[in-house]
Amino acid sequence: MSGRATPPPPGAPMRMYEKAILRVVSRGLTPFILLFALYVQFHGDFGPGGGFQAGVIFAAGVILHGLIFGLEDAQRVFPPRVVEVLLAVGWLLYSGTGVACLLLGGDFLDYDALNPHHPAHGQHLGLLLIEGGVGITVTAAMTTIYYKFAGRGTR
Amino acid sequence: MTSHLPALQVVLPLIAAPICFLIRQRTVVRVWATLVAWASFAIALALLSEATRGTISYSMGGWAPPLGIEYRIDLANAYLLVIVTAIASVVLPFGRTGMGLDLAEGREYLFYSAFLLCLTGLLGIAITGDAFNVFVFVEIMSLSSYILISLGKGRRAKKAAFYYLTMGTIGGTFYLLGVGLLYQMTGTLNMADIAKHLPEVLGTRTVLVAFAFVMVGTSIKLAVFPLHQWLPNAYTYAPDNVSAFLAATATKVSYYVLVRVVFTLFGAGFVFGVLRLHWILMPLALAAMFVGSLAAIYQTNIKRLLAYSSIAQVGYMALGLSLHNVNGLAGGMMHLFNHAMMKGGLFLVVACVALRVGTRVDDFRGLGRRMPLTMAAFVIGGLSLIGVPGTVGFVSKWYLVKGALDHGWLAVAIAILLSSLLAVVYIWRIIELAYFEEPPPTPAGKEPVTEVGFSMLVPTWILIGATIVFGLQTDLTAGLATAAASQLLGVVP
Repeated sequence: MSGRATPPPPGAPMRMYEKAILRVVSRGLTPFILLFALYVQFHGDFGPGGGFQAGVIFAAGVILHGLIFGLEDAQRVFPPRVVEVLLAVGWLLYSGTGVACLLLGGDFLDYDALNPHHPAHGQHLGLLLIEGGVGITVTAAMTTIYYKFAGRGTR
Repeated sequence: MTSHLPALQVVLPLIAAPICFLIRQRTVVRVWATLVAWASFAIALALLSEATRGTISYSMGGWAPPLGIEYRIDLANAYLLVIVTAIASVVLPFGRTGMGLDLAEGREYLFYSAFLLCLTGLLGIAITGDAFNVFVFVEIMSLSSYILISLGKGRRAKKAAFYYLTMGTIGGTFYLLGVGLLYQMTGTLNMADIAKHLPEVLGTRTVLVAFAFVMVGTSIKLAVFPLHQWLPNAYTYAPDNVSAFLAATATKVSYYVLVRVVFTLFGAGFVFGVLRLHWILMPLALAAMFVGSLAAIYQTNIKRLLAYSSIAQVGYMALGLSLHNVNGLAGGMMHLFNHAMMKGGLFLVVACVALRVGTRVDDFRGLGRRMPLTMAAFVIGGLSLIGVPGTVGFVSKWYLVKGALDHGWLAVAIAILLSSLLAVVYIWRIIELAYFEEPPPTPAGKEPVTEVGFSMLVPTWILIGATIVFGLQTDLTAGLATAAASQLLGVVP
């Protein structure tokens, strides 16, 4: 993320990124927020967490960046079109996993079928995939909601 | 693969919805959504033919019930699945792509995505045998229907959608609270399992509160008088084909949930024998029949007229439930199917008229000559709404009257007939305007009003034609509804 925006016209109120504390703290925190989201995502099957929480945390990182450095800056990194496609991709990853179980001979979302020789591994893989799907869709949904609300004033 | 049909019934539209996002091209999206609806219809028919041979049970994710989520299909919900998918199959190809939607050019795929999600929710509610899973699907259905309604033109559609959202959320929350209390008392969420464990704790206050919450929550969604306030605006300002779809399916599915809760979860013996629900529900149902019809008479907007008429029709269905005998419940279940056809058909007629002239009642002036096929469809649908012999409306009212007479409640039977007379009044107003008044002169520089195209007439006439076909050939619907009612009441037919 570049964290740079066009200078404001003279006399305009101070933008958030012009305040040193906000700029430095948010820029320092954002990578950790995103990293923590990934931790919650992949640690979800052993501890508290999972795709939903991870998705919200990841989106929080994006939204924080957008709040401080402006909507356009956030949208340069996560273009709205891509986010919209991700919305569908995560959803398809979830339901696609279910259908894969069907095609492999199990019931819908019966992860045992993903690895018939080692059902526990199948469960692990299935959970990883659907949580991934949830994470992607929730990130995209939260980001989309933010984009829509933040974009209203400028239209 | 046939053993997986219960899962595919819900999963197919669920997967198809995000694919709309990836296709984006509006005509392709519409063809895709239509094909999915038709495939769902085929699955529903296959499930129905299987369910006539015995109840189907499918365990999601390989977790056996009562621990896992069970999809359980008996006659009542197989019947409902067919209705919902049939209506979706007819409504989706109706008209031009994105017709009458408040969406920017090129964003029509969002409508089809929401539509398929709504279908997913409706089918999920009908198919699942898990009380909590019902709530999940109710939310999917409701959230997507708020979107669909808000796509209507103008600010009022947004307000109507928001009001529906408020009421719908209260309804959903009440249902969830009730299910939570039931879970606390029985330790299970599977409906059949709850029904097994409930008799042990049936008299406790917690169960009574749970019953009250579930009943009120579902009644809001069903728009039982006096919880119907959200319905007229939602149906009036929604896009025309959405009105047709929701009027024909959303309240029907809620009725099914109500029937499930009363007869499968709590049992008719407790609900009617101990709690005497019919002494509350029947007066409300009768009030709905009269208030809805009377309000319909005074409407100046045709969609609002039909919406108030829907409230009256919900009254007939609730009356069927409160009669709690085979004939009465069969009448209610049949009215579910019949009302879906006639109200769906009538809303499609209104969509045709709206495209040419408008939705005010006055716009119907002289339309009998200008749009003969559309108005003929309106006449037949209207006759069915009144309950004229030879149409489906007659069949379900006949069973309701029989159910009332089985109890010896002559006054209820008379009330059914009297409220039908009110339907004559509001339908006749339109017919008189359309056939006995001169059409207004065509303003200079405008094309005279003509008949709509085949893409709109064919779906309309499929639904309207069905009201006659099933009105004359009653074996199928009456047989199915009676069998489903017997199954629900636990009586051998």
